[in-house]
Amino acid sequence: MTTTGKIVTVNGNMITVAFDGAVAQNEVGYAVLGGKRLMAEIVRVRGRRCDMQVFEATTDLMVDDTVEFTGELLAAELGPGMLAQVYDGLQNPLAELAKEAAKISKDAGYFLQRGMYLPGLPRDRKWDFHPTAKVGERVSAGEAVGWVSEGIFDNKTMPGHKIMVPFALKGVYTIKSLAPAGDYTVTEDIATLTDANGNDVKMQMMQRWPVKVPIKCFTERLEPTETLETTVRTIDTFFPVAVGGTYCIPGPFGAGKTVLSQTTARYSKVDIVISAACGERAGEVVETLKEFPEITDPKTGQSLMKRTIIICNTSSMPVASREASVYTAVTLAEYFRQQGLNVLVLADSTSRWAQAMRELSGRLEEIPGEEAFPAYLESRIAAFYERAGRVRLKDGSTGSVTIGGTVSPAGGNFDEPVTQATLKVVGGFHGLSRARSDARRYPAIDPLDSWSHYNSVIEQAKVEKARAILRKGNEVGQMMKVVGEEGTSLADFTTYLKAEFLDAVYLQQNAFSESDATTPVERQKVMFDVVEKALLTEYAISEKPAMRKFFMDLQQTFIDWNDKKFRSDEFNAIQTTLVKKIEEAAHV
Amino acid sequence: MFNNKVYHKIDALSGSIATLRAEGVKYGEVAEVESRAGTSLAQVIKLDGPNVTLQIFAGARGVDTAAKVRFLGETMKIPFSQDLLGRAFTGAGVPRDGGPAITENPSPIGQPSVNPARRIMPHRMVKTNIPMIDLFNSLVVSQKLPIFARAGEPYNELLARIALQADSDVIIIGGMGLKYDEYLKFRSTLDKSGALAKTVMFVHTAADPTVECMLVPDVSLAVAEKFALEGKDVLVLLTDMTSFADAMKEIAITMEQIPSNRGYPGDLYSQLASRYEKAVDFDGAGSITILAVTTMPGDDVTHPVPDNTGYITEGQFYLRNGRIEPFGSLSRLKQQVNKGNPNDPDNKTRKDHRTIMDAMIKLYAQYKETIEKQSMGFRMSDWDQKLLKYGALFEKEMMDLSVNIDLIDALDLGWKILAECFDRGEVGIPSKMTDEFWPKN
Repeated sequence: MTTTGKIVTVNGNMITVAFDGAVAQNEVGYAVLGGKRLMAEIVRVRGRRCDMQVFEATTDLMVDDTVEFTGELLAAELGPGMLAQVYDGLQNPLAELAKEAAKISKDAGYFLQRGMYLPGLPRDRKWDFHPTAKVGERVSAGEAVGWVSEGIFDNKTMPGHKIMVPFALKGVYTIKSLAPAGDYTVTEDIATLTDANGNDVKMQMMQRWPVKVPIKCFTERLEPTETLETTVRTIDTFFPVAVGGTYCIPGPFGAGKTVLSQTTARYSKVDIVISAACGERAGEVVETLKEFPEITDPKTGQSLMKRTIIICNTSSMPVASREASVYTAVTLAEYFRQQGLNVLVLADSTSRWAQAMRELSGRLEEIPGEEAFPAYLESRIAAFYERAGRVRLKDGSTGSVTIGGTVSPAGGNFDEPVTQATLKVVGGFHGLSRARSDARRYPAIDPLDSWSHYNSVIEQAKVEKARAILRKGNEVGQMMKVVGEEGTSLADFTTYLKAEFLDAVYLQQNAFSESDATTPVERQKVMFDVVEKALLTEYAISEKPAMRKFFMDLQQTFIDWNDKKFRSDEFNAIQTTLVKKIEEAAHV
Repeated sequence: MFNNKVYHKIDALSGSIATLRAEGVKYGEVAEVESRAGTSLAQVIKLDGPNVTLQIFAGARGVDTAAKVRFLGETMKIPFSQDLLGRAFTGAGVPRDGGPAITENPSPIGQPSVNPARRIMPHRMVKTNIPMIDLFNSLVVSQKLPIFARAGEPYNELLARIALQADSDVIIIGGMGLKYDEYLKFRSTLDKSGALAKTVMFVHTAADPTVECMLVPDVSLAVAEKFALEGKDVLVLLTDMTSFADAMKEIAITMEQIPSNRGYPGDLYSQLASRYEKAVDFDGAGSITILAVTTMPGDDVTHPVPDNTGYITEGQFYLRNGRIEPFGSLSRLKQQVNKGNPNDPDNKTRKDHRTIMDAMIKLYAQYKETIEKQSMGFRMSDWDQKLLKYGALFEKEMMDLSVNIDLIDALDLGWKILAECFDRGEVGIPSKMTDEFWPKN
């Protein structure tokens, strides 16, 4: 028999409930409001009372209203049907919600209706199941028994969508029966498994998994050594991200965090991208929503949307489901990792998630830590990023979850708690700088402050040389502000120009230009060779104005080069010109 | 279950907050409080067992412990009809202009969020004929944009000018903490231009109760939403959102909430966002565009209000020394409308738009560096001289807020300024663009 309770207090999105029977921490319950049921989660239990955060507006709830507990933790539905979906933080499909709401009235269809929940996986859709396991075979959690084709995962372009033994099953099972090839819905039984004691378990294509618990059906975790190709030059070359690694992008507003994560979502060489718009603008989600279906994924030749899932809990949506949304995103990612795929999770922005925790903590009247954030902020952030990683699965293949989180520090000051807690646990730091964005130097990743522990696509020694010139050039630039151009030696002045050149032609990349927005690694290598030549050459120019003119001309040619299609005749011609220009100006 | 019992005993009074014991009260419902101080509406903001906490719209001053409290069983509503146009109201919806009260079609305020799946991509430019907006940071239908300014800047004038020149169907002005004469000035400016007939004003003046200030954005946006659902393009002008945030702070402190940053409540971001996110272009109906003045105390953009706002809105305009600053000012949606694709039916610009925009700002940034060097007494190189000439021209012909020219003319002007100051190889523009647009003589 399920536990029920009565509301005692209502304060914003927090309710206190007096209950009979047993409840669990993080258990889900529903507050009954007339014909509606409002979903809520237990966040604290004290004696016979528990505090619950409601995932909806609490307007109209009254003292003594009933709460029904479910006995389950907040869980995501995992199985075929998630790709190309746009979910809210609780995995409700938004397009379906709109259709459902429109049944109330035309105007109602525009809004998110309170208490309306729909299953994350379509129940009526049939999938073509292809069994791969055999009856009598011994299997355990996470091992595949067959596959279905879903979008690009059709066993041709990409491997099929694997149907796996539910992650929650412990121990080894024998397959007693397995459905023949055919069309099934996600809730139909497709196999019967027998455990060591002879008990039968029926399995379906869909399984549920509590979002706040990591999925651990793998044999070992691997070191993230391979570079994840984002095709953003400054990232891949100077501040690389690893497959299965973590990185963060802190930056003040307007510095280009969102454009950068959208670019990464588009062009990164991964199998699946899960984009969690957490407490951010709805308009940006709409952009992704409308543009992605139109963009072709170079890897599969199909629409980019087919490899994308959007978890969208925008800033005006209830704050409690914002807190849940990043967990939902990473749970979905782990599911696909179990299929042997490389998944990229982009959480924009983790600060909003942290603020959701702060709001919650404030309502619970917990003793506040720094800037009123709860004391457990750091451990929560660490635990979230720890869900990233590259793993070896039971069948020997590998899969990975890479997590990139944007951080929106108050006032753009990186000394605040969320940025600091994040920096402790990530492998890459792409700090965006206001000075760069003001000067329209995009992407505004600060080339001096940022860092990464992962491997670059360019030889490390070469990158270090370029970095040294950047640093020296910046010092000279600072110095020149004090002593002026005339007080600077020609050698220093040249270093300054070299650093500016590197910045202008390589670090800066125009996300809105068709050819410049994405630079695959192969092209980066060709480009970097020319840049390196320009940087390391000693020039036989003896006057500063002439030196400036030379670099401006070189820069102009290089920018034209960036505009050309890779390996086209024009591209090759400009490459030759560039090299010639550098060699002609060099000391012999 | 309509609760029309009348309660006569208030247990606690503090600021504009009252607590009493009552039964069968819904969270968020409205009550009427009748006391020596007069009659005011109030809203339930906390339920704790039998104790009900009310926020009294007119403030608790003069409310006695024996005041009559009657719960109305429903949430705050605002009447809606076409008769709202041309009228002015307080934050609680009471006429401010001496006209008749409007009671038709009451609709709840603070409704749920729009389903992101029912939004459409912003794609229509709002032309203002101000080059610093049209050319460098185009305003887009459904955009939410704050105007960051220090107290004393002519932000309300700018707001009024945008209101007059933008082609919206309905204009809603939400005034918070306005000086009375500012309210009158808005009215007369709009009246003179004939724009008053398509305007609704909800104004809280500095002398009015704090709680009414908090209602202004909700009431304004609820009415805007109604017009938008009827297919109208609505422009909502809010001034000043910092007053709104301060009102929230006042209430939160009275409620003994734990403050997060400089006394503001921890949910400041969510509170601001739920208002700004009302900006929308409905798939199959009208739209809401929001421009909101946010004054920066101490001219400090890292103050919690402008800071949180910046993360919510789609860019920001900085108004400084009476000019829209090119640095920091940003319209995030401009990329949607400045492509200059002649096949786009909503296109209002030319293909050189982005090129001119980027090149001019980059050069202006260099000009600023040169100014710094000059002020420190360094010799100016030839390049510096060019930049100095450019900067002066740019400020005079583009940045001045009184410049009122069409976008295409502004583009031509941009090329003209560049050609007057530089050689074409120096401006960092791809050759295929300079070949086509660089002035011939």
